[in-house]
Amino acid sequence: MVKKVIYGNHAVSYGAKDARAEVIAAYPITPQTQVVELLSEFCASGELNAKFIKVESEHSAMAACVGASATGARAFTATSSHGLALMHEMLHWASNARHPVVMANINRAMGPPWNIWTDQNDSIAQRDTGWLQFYCSTNQEVYDTTLMAFKICENDKVLLPGMLSLDAFVLSHTSEVVDMPPQEEIDEFLPPYNAKYKLDLEDPRAFGSLMFPDWYYELKYHQQTSMEEALKVVEKVGKEFGDRFGRHYGLVEEYRIEDAEIILVVSGTIAQTSKEAVDVLRKEGMKVGLVRMRTFRPFPKEKIRKIASKVNKIIVIDRSISFGSEGAFFTETKACLYNEKDRPEIWGVIIGLGGRDVTVEDITKIAKKGKDGKFKINEINWWGVKL
Amino acid sequence: MEEELYEVRFHGRGGQGAVTAATILADAAFREGKDVQAFPIFGVERRGAPVAAFMRMDAKPIDIKTQIYEPDSIVVLDSTLLEVVDVAKGLKENGKIIINSSKNASEFDFGKAKVYTIDATAIAVKHGLGTKTNPIVNTAILGAYSKAVGNVSIEAIEEAINEKAPRKKEENKKAAREAYEKIRGG
Amino acid sequence: MKLTIPEEELMYEGTVDCQGCGASLAMRYALKALGKKTFVVIPACCWSIIAGPFPYSSLQVPLYHTAFETAAIVSSGIKAGLEMKGIDATVMAWAGDGGTFDIGIQALSGVAERNDDILYVCYDNEAYMNTGIQRSSATPFKAWTTTTPRKYPKARPKKDIDEILVAHEVPYVATASVSYPEDFIKKLQKAKEIKGTRFIHVLAPCPTGWRSLPEHTIKLARLAVQTCIFPIYEVENGKYKINIKPKNPKPVDEYLKLQGRFRHLTEKDIKDIQEITIKKWKKLLRKEEFS
Repeated sequence: MVKKVIYGNHAVSYGAKDARAEVIAAYPITPQTQVVELLSEFCASGELNAKFIKVESEHSAMAACVGASATGARAFTATSSHGLALMHEMLHWASNARHPVVMANINRAMGPPWNIWTDQNDSIAQRDTGWLQFYCSTNQEVYDTTLMAFKICENDKVLLPGMLSLDAFVLSHTSEVVDMPPQEEIDEFLPPYNAKYKLDLEDPRAFGSLMFPDWYYELKYHQQTSMEEALKVVEKVGKEFGDRFGRHYGLVEEYRIEDAEIILVVSGTIAQTSKEAVDVLRKEGMKVGLVRMRTFRPFPKEKIRKIASKVNKIIVIDRSISFGSEGAFFTETKACLYNEKDRPEIWGVIIGLGGRDVTVEDITKIAKKGKDGKFKINEINWWGVKL
Repeated sequence: MEEELYEVRFHGRGGQGAVTAATILADAAFREGKDVQAFPIFGVERRGAPVAAFMRMDAKPIDIKTQIYEPDSIVVLDSTLLEVVDVAKGLKENGKIIINSSKNASEFDFGKAKVYTIDATAIAVKHGLGTKTNPIVNTAILGAYSKAVGNVSIEAIEEAINEKAPRKKEENKKAAREAYEKIRGG
Repeated sequence: MKLTIPEEELMYEGTVDCQGCGASLAMRYALKALGKKTFVVIPACCWSIIAGPFPYSSLQVPLYHTAFETAAIVSSGIKAGLEMKGIDATVMAWAGDGGTFDIGIQALSGVAERNDDILYVCYDNEAYMNTGIQRSSATPFKAWTTTTPRKYPKARPKKDIDEILVAHEVPYVATASVSYPEDFIKKLQKAKEIKGTRFIHVLAPCPTGWRSLPEHTIKLARLAVQTCIFPIYEVENGKYKINIKPKNPKPVDEYLKLQGRFRHLTEKDIKDIQEITIKKWKKLLRKEEFS
């Protein structure tokens, strides 16, 4: 077991190396560059036996991963923000073709104006491309999720691509302690990918041929049922990972929600900071808990319903906005509660766009304002906006 | 003190290695069983321009992922920054400031803060770290930090240098040790 | 009788191409030349249809359909995957002129610059035929298309894609014509043995888009060569070799008049095209001489 103090970006690189990615194709973009720099070194030194295609764009990065995955190879890439946006078409391709490509996305705001700091609009904008989406909140989780993502995505019942997101700078450029298990143990957890469907000289088939309306619809049905299946697989793999390596993961992380009357629903590093806020408020006697959202796609509806059934108030804090609507996690959380008999009150707060720092004090104030019922309902609650 | 969250801010100029200093300090504290974080000021670093970096350590797992606003101590890699940056901003009462300077600590006044000085530039040049015009002082100043603050041992800093210094590991360790011994003030 | 073309057929009969489709013929020859150990990558183009709808395939080799601009890079990805799996085979990108000259040029340039180990074949029918004959940058000067109406035919010359590939210093660039199958097959076989990015540009007449008779496909492809409108040459490691040299180039009019897409040309237009064609041809002769 090796424990190291490393950047979030390097946690991605180590994760891809220890997962034994076979083909890597990537294009540099701030703040992702360290991911590909270290992976280039791993490939050059032979520490990782993989082909690294240094493509001319992110669109090609994803296209190369698609091609590699079609042969049954384990394919990996990393990007951020505008790079992810450029990939959009091929994100659909990877998912519709059922290629379990894994990608790390450094959550960075979209321009213009240029902004290299964190928010989730880049990945949230890709919500309908059919990718599993994981949101990490520590470097350890980044490393662990890279390993788990392959296992989840390559599962026969899933066979979909997966994206893990980490906040620009707050994780990407922050050094933290990361515990990396021995390679043999990782290999046991994550054996080589044995593709059920692949391009094969012995069994030559056409992939992605024109399909008329008489069958296309059914394929979409299967994509959705695979996403639903992924809910179980995420939990199963998270448990297996925990049993092996001591760190358990699920669709969400519940923090001090046992007797909570009000809960915060948060993702990314703000969720980690929110734990500190919950501790502070608990000391003051407030019955508050936290649900840290690890997955956005598939959305853990059942989980949310179960948690919501025991609380009176929910505050969803989003670091993204769907213009003309509201924060993405807020929409999803509300939507899955609509048919419940005893719905808690629910408010949405938008915070920290473009990397504005979110402090413990911000979160404690938000929780208190929610407790006092002072948020607007059916409207966005902007936090700290200068008008 | 050691049981609590402890936060440090580093001031330097782009290219001086402030971020590496924060990372080495974090690595050293980790070697002594602490949970740690090190990060640059989230921005665009340009050579020669003022930069800042941060280090957080705690005996308990650290959850907060915010920037550091009220550091326990401050490390200044370049004394010319004192004229352009409010380096003591947010420093906790009775906090410590470690400055790379050939002057005596008593020549600086930061109110209640305890000031330490070390001629890290001279030490770096002596050990062949960087050039006379562009000395790499980040390892030397960490030796001074170890003595002044006392929550990370010089031995751990030497080990961390071994892990994180890209080259001249021995020279860097010697520089840290020399600064540890020569620091003034407090 | 000694056959100059391999007998093996790796393309099924009964594809859904148009009558007299040059692109279809080109694929038939290509697979004869390359054999069974070939992976084919097809971006959006006429061949997305000709390859057959689900659950059919008109090819007897593995085939991957991909997005319009990605034939080259998806082929590289496949090649990388196959190399990791220890599979030695030819990966052939098979794209139309739109997917090569226009939307696909960025990824193709990336692949060529890195010299990724793929064979790229552009079957050129000189417009977006699959979407209904819109101009591409491969459309010739003065040609009609649905986006360059007769009153305003294409004002710019055909992009010289071959020179663009040559400028990437890839090991092999060649032009070919479906009317010279031996030459085309020889080039494919040669390319198969070369490592790195190999580019073959084959002229594939399109009766539908060229407004020509299906039975004129072979004739037109031959006339394109004999008039020097589409010279047949190869560039191996920078060295030019013109494979078919018409001693007395035929007048371009013979080629143009068989195609409805040039029906509107004035005498002056034809004269201009003649001059441009010969000027370019002479330039090519000099390139051969000096390389």
